[in-house]
Amino acid sequence: MSRSAAASLAPPGEPRRIGYLYILPGLVVFGLFVLAPLLHSAWISLFTWDGVTPGEWTGLANYKAVVTDPKLRSAFLHGFVLIAFYALLPVAIGLALAAALSRTRVRGLALFRTVLFLPQVIALVVVAVMWRMIYDPESGLINEGLRAIGLGGLAQNWLGSFSLALPSVGLIGTWVYYGLAMVLFTAGVQKIPQSLYDAARMDGAGPVREFLAVTLPGLRNEIAVALTLTTIQALRSFDLVYITTGGGPGDSTTVPAFEVYNRAFRTGDVGTASAIGVCIVALIGALSVLINRLAEREGAR
Amino acid sequence: MTARWIALLAALAVLAGCGTPGGDSGDNTKKADEAKKNSAKVDVAKAGNVTLTVWDQEVRGGQAAQVKRLNAAFRAKYPNVKINRVAKSFTNLKTTLKLAVSSNKAPDVVEANQGRPDMGQMVKGGLLKPLDAYADAYGWKDRWSKTLLDLNRFSADGKTFGAGNLYGVSQQGEIVGVFYNRDMVSSPPKTLGEFEQMLAKFKAEGKVPIAFGNLDKFGGIHEFQTIQNQFANKEDVRDFVFARGGDGFDTIENRNAAAKLQEWADRGYFTPDFNGVGYDPAWQRFAKGKGPFTIAGTWITNDAVSTLGDKLGFFLMPGREEGAKPTSLGGESLPWAITSKSKHADVAGAYIDFLTNADAARVQVETDNLPAMKTDAQPTTPVGKEIFAAWKQLNETDGLTPYMDYATPTFYDDFSGAVQRLMGDKLTPNAFTKSVEQDYAQFTDKL
Repeated sequence: MSRSAAASLAPPGEPRRIGYLYILPGLVVFGLFVLAPLLHSAWISLFTWDGVTPGEWTGLANYKAVVTDPKLRSAFLHGFVLIAFYALLPVAIGLALAAALSRTRVRGLALFRTVLFLPQVIALVVVAVMWRMIYDPESGLINEGLRAIGLGGLAQNWLGSFSLALPSVGLIGTWVYYGLAMVLFTAGVQKIPQSLYDAARMDGAGPVREFLAVTLPGLRNEIAVALTLTTIQALRSFDLVYITTGGGPGDSTTVPAFEVYNRAFRTGDVGTASAIGVCIVALIGALSVLINRLAEREGAR
Repeated sequence: MTARWIALLAALAVLAGCGTPGGDSGDNTKKADEAKKNSAKVDVAKAGNVTLTVWDQEVRGGQAAQVKRLNAAFRAKYPNVKINRVAKSFTNLKTTLKLAVSSNKAPDVVEANQGRPDMGQMVKGGLLKPLDAYADAYGWKDRWSKTLLDLNRFSADGKTFGAGNLYGVSQQGEIVGVFYNRDMVSSPPKTLGEFEQMLAKFKAEGKVPIAFGNLDKFGGIHEFQTIQNQFANKEDVRDFVFARGGDGFDTIENRNAAAKLQEWADRGYFTPDFNGVGYDPAWQRFAKGKGPFTIAGTWITNDAVSTLGDKLGFFLMPGREEGAKPTSLGGESLPWAITSKSKHADVAGAYIDFLTNADAARVQVETDNLPAMKTDAQPTTPVGKEIFAAWKQLNETDGLTPYMDYATPTFYDDFSGAVQRLMGDKLTPNAFTKSVEQDYAQFTDKL
């Protein structure tokens, strides 16, 4: 067989070298604007650098600080607490809504879906400014509302209390992201064959049994997607904290991404900022893999 | 396959991280000396066609008005100079300025914030030009008090703050003091004790004595220092901020001041739930006539006078004994500085002189600003007169103390967080001074 014949018989994209040529433009853009800055940050994270004068090589000292510095440790801890509010709670609410919508026909479903999805559309900065007003202890919507219905005793110093500030910030995240989970899940439910529901009902399954046996397994992939997206949002959360509390009171609402900004732009500690950034990337990567592994394994069963 | 990926990653790593970050900045002391020698007063009109790029943050009300007027006057006087003004908000300027002045297209004139986190680091990087030669040529030393000039001084290596080369001069002064409502307070108290009696009286009447919001964190610094100045020696406060040795923060005076602040918080002298209330909403309640006092900087004057009018008053926190010389937290607006890379430094020097001369001081007064420069011009509002008198007195008796957050690069967060804890009863006064000292020592030990 001649060479030209072999080439024309080969599957498209073969030999491999030509395949790489096709992805080259994308790879160049990706490499230039994502990969190179990422690696550059990783490189800077090995220095003590104030952003102005020459840096000083410190090896892994910045990473050691991430683990040993109590302020940074608590920032990461707060990040994990936020995962509960940004990821777990929205997914739970989204599932409940999707389950309810899967059993009954709701008039004006499209309208409800749009309204519930709205928080997702608003810029986070606007959301944060709005919630700062809502949480105001004296004239905010929540405390005023509680007082109006005679529950003034439940009024709280939402963002100013050392124990409530972090959950208060977290609940803003819940409010933003449950819409995303819900839209994903209601779309997913429509994909589950009606025959499965019919079969479950024939077997005498109640709403709970039906949810566990049909809806939940059927939404496995959507749950994985929702969890991955919202977990990323939780760990890189910056704007909500920056605008509502600035990390306070004390250090009770500092989060890793806030510390990155703080150290890189305000206190002139670019090395540690980069190290925290790299840790966030690694953590997000690990959690994404974990979530998708879990979803796949459940799927194989 | 894996080997190929490793090779690719290695290649990218080399591409991405060429050399030490921040590579080339040589001996700054030598450079600073040379820069001083090469500076001179020039006749701007004969300097030929020059474009000055200016980065400032004079974007609010009176500040925007004064800089626009002065720029227009400068252009009218020197048509050969074009001013390319880049106005940014304070935060925006703070986060972008270091990158801008270290780039090859650095602006000529910039407003570089006082203190170690900003001006200190730029000096350390050799990015700002010492202005001492201009100060001599234009007579700047008579224009400002020594305390005000010292705030803009650093040694050439950036290690010593509050002494050494002059790197900028400021247009406006600011004092943190007590604003009051004349409808509720007939005359200012003469002692701290008298002030406390007033607070107790208003509290008993069911009013919020001091409007205060600390959600934004910086407000607490002002409340603390306003009290601290009545307990601690002003030189000790300055030594602390400029890291000139001394006893540090964990002193009996600071503990007493902290105890006093906590006592006021516990007695309910501040807006309820102050740690969850924003800075602006809090003083705006005072400005709407809802309470007798707020402790704030003179930067709220313009806005507060628009609602309270002649009812708005201002006094410096009185000392513990009657007739004590006033000591108050205060300082000056962001200093105008010249970048090392500016090709028209002498014209820039003349421009900064123009922004701060006697005519400019008058423009400050006419645009409702408090000029940092000495001036005979007088404001027209009652509160404006009170502020001017206070400023004059503070400068004559050398009573200004600098902001705590200038002290170390991380001190803004360290200190504001500690005050939130103190006022929220999470720290005893003793633990407060100890924890602040600990954060401070982490920095000063390395100096």
